[in-house]
Amino acid sequence: MNQENTPEAAKPATSPLDAKQAHVKATWKHGSPLIACRYDPKGRYLFTSGEDYSLQRWDLATGKPTVWAAHESWIRDIAFMADGETAISVGCDDKMIFWATAAEKPAPLKTIEAHKGWIRAVEVSPDGKMIATGGNDNLVKLWNADGSLLKELTGHDSNVYSIFFHPGGEFLLSGDLGGKVHQWELSTGKLVRSFDAKDLHSYNGGQKVHYGGVRSIALSPDGKHLACCGLHKATNPLGAVNEPLVMLFEWESQKKVRSHVAAGVKGILWQVNWLADGTLAAASGGSGGGFLIFWKPGEDKEFHKLKLPNTARDADLHPNGLELATVHHDRQVRITRLTAKTTPGKPKPKK
Amino acid sequence: MKCDYACLSGEHEIGRRQFLGGLAGGVGAIAGGLGMMASPAAAKQLSKDQKRVVVIYMSGGLSQLESWDPKPKTKTGGPFRAIPTSVPGVHISELLPLTAKHMDKLSIVRGINTKNGDHGKGSYQMQYGRNQRPGIQLPNLGAVCAKALESPTNPLPGHIRIPGGGRGNDAAYLGPRYASIGINGKPPANSARVSSLTEEADQARNAFRRKANSRFDRQRRTAQTDAYTYSYEQAQELMKKRGVFDVAKEPAADHERYGKHDFGQHCLMARRLLENGITFVQLSHSNYDTHNENFNFHLEQLGEFDRSYSALVSDLHERGMLDSTLIIVMSEFGRTPNINKYYGRDHWGTAWSVCLAGGRLQRGAVVGKTNAGGTAVIEDEVDHGHLFHTYLAAVGLDSSDTFDIGGRPIPLADPRRAPITKLLS
Repeated sequence: MNQENTPEAAKPATSPLDAKQAHVKATWKHGSPLIACRYDPKGRYLFTSGEDYSLQRWDLATGKPTVWAAHESWIRDIAFMADGETAISVGCDDKMIFWATAAEKPAPLKTIEAHKGWIRAVEVSPDGKMIATGGNDNLVKLWNADGSLLKELTGHDSNVYSIFFHPGGEFLLSGDLGGKVHQWELSTGKLVRSFDAKDLHSYNGGQKVHYGGVRSIALSPDGKHLACCGLHKATNPLGAVNEPLVMLFEWESQKKVRSHVAAGVKGILWQVNWLADGTLAAASGGSGGGFLIFWKPGEDKEFHKLKLPNTARDADLHPNGLELATVHHDRQVRITRLTAKTTPGKPKPKK
Repeated sequence: MKCDYACLSGEHEIGRRQFLGGLAGGVGAIAGGLGMMASPAAAKQLSKDQKRVVVIYMSGGLSQLESWDPKPKTKTGGPFRAIPTSVPGVHISELLPLTAKHMDKLSIVRGINTKNGDHGKGSYQMQYGRNQRPGIQLPNLGAVCAKALESPTNPLPGHIRIPGGGRGNDAAYLGPRYASIGINGKPPANSARVSSLTEEADQARNAFRRKANSRFDRQRRTAQTDAYTYSYEQAQELMKKRGVFDVAKEPAADHERYGKHDFGQHCLMARRLLENGITFVQLSHSNYDTHNENFNFHLEQLGEFDRSYSALVSDLHERGMLDSTLIIVMSEFGRTPNINKYYGRDHWGTAWSVCLAGGRLQRGAVVGKTNAGGTAVIEDEVDHGHLFHTYLAAVGLDSSDTFDIGGRPIPLADPRRAPITKLLS
């Protein structure tokens, strides 16, 4: 256990949200580089995945991990059913696997060959009735909560990188490598409209590679703005020379209203989240190292960024909205508190 | 046949080979014999079938772990799984499902250690069969094959590079005749007679040129004038046969099968050129230098490669050409077993693989082995020198033979190395 992982660090945040005061409160180490992370909705656990094909369940109260072999390949994304009792992992072995979140010795409850090719994204609808997945077969699939296939949504012409359920319950959004974000009507499976996020994609003619993609999608708390993140200015895709970018759209008009950039940061944004006060928070990794970057919706440039000790690969916002977990190549989970540090009381003098 | 050079020196001995037996006019009269090897018996070792070679150069450094030597479920293995092939017990990456069906026609060398991680040096090693040394110019594999395997009756150039343009500087002492010609999937630029020039006028000016050359050669003939003459005559023949280079003449179904992307068209072009007797064709597929997002980019690139390469192997097999055609899939090096912080793999010459097919090679063979994590060769270690010998042996050449350059025997391949005998049938 690392020094930061003390009972004090495990205590829930009590100060108000203030991204400028963000600080790493705990660091936990796994045995291999990490890939993805998600909090369970009840705030008991953080699930992470590693390059060793395992899932790790971190008890947030103690920082203790439970690790188990989960997939035949890397696990790219994790989600939870609304009640938090079932976790779902998807991976590069084309499988979607259901797990009992709190089981002492986790074993698959159900395994589904969900796509032909990698599954890159999984989300559960806010009402817990549907699961959506997206993958390298360029398909979005809707599943019932029991894992039966509900609908197959065709319309992407490149790999599906990200999935997002609109909180209103009517729509699903999916983003792809080519920078298209499709809005689907859940009741009919029809493609309603598409957002043009092609700034997040590039084709390098010299290297002959497509690069970028919509790595994450998030809707503002007031429902007025849609954020899509990834990278731009990819002058050397094979050499990781690119810069992070969040594209901000008006939900109603689909008008692109802003390109959020980060001064002096090289890399990619893996995950974007809206904080309760309207701040946009994203985790970056890449040649510039790891950062948590914060923007106000009305400003192009960030108002704050927190340098992390290693490149980040995924992030998730705690259900309390006051902590961000990030996973890193250096095998570490880092929990960043988005509040002022708690001032420790003076130690009592020893008698 | 002794060439009657004006200076009577032996330095121009190689010039004898710079002419085509079938050339017209005065040039035909000075065409030399085919005895370019020190051993007169050397030419006899070539079978009656024209031998050919096609190299597919995976530019930037293909990852052996995502292709020929997967290590799934290890800490270096990455996300891709291994799949069975048509040879029981042999597995390759799941990124090559179509290729896996043809494993019974392929051979894999998994024990390569070239002790190098530099693009330029690795490219030289793999294409020239030796380490580059200052001041030493050698012919590359294409030039050696074009010379050693050439058909005296085929007027087309023997060394083609796709994609590319112009003439390569890769034949060294073998002379420009064996240097590569770069094309881009279409007939070479300026190979059609300009519309303002009538056929009669063209013939008349060429007849005049030959007459003038012939008169000049009687007193002033050198290797340089021969090369000059040869260039003109080759251009004439190339113009007559420019349709050979027009891949659009291939059936629509084949375009579909190979893929309409550049690499698919280039593979189809390679088939067309090989069928028309061109000795050596080098293709390249770009780009595998994946320091960043190695897995996404290999997914993208190998998806293209798998389709086109498997179509080429299948066609050469079905058309009875595989016994006489060597197919080499090579890079300048492999990629590190270690996965870096960008999901990338870096340069790695310590333990990597190439895939070969055809000629005298055993089918379905795997030679060489790496350890569980792919970090070291643990069985049958070879390097670029062994591979170069093996390529030549696979097309029926004695790789220990020499070129006679001005009376000096120059080895075809590094004399400190030898073919990988386990691979040869």
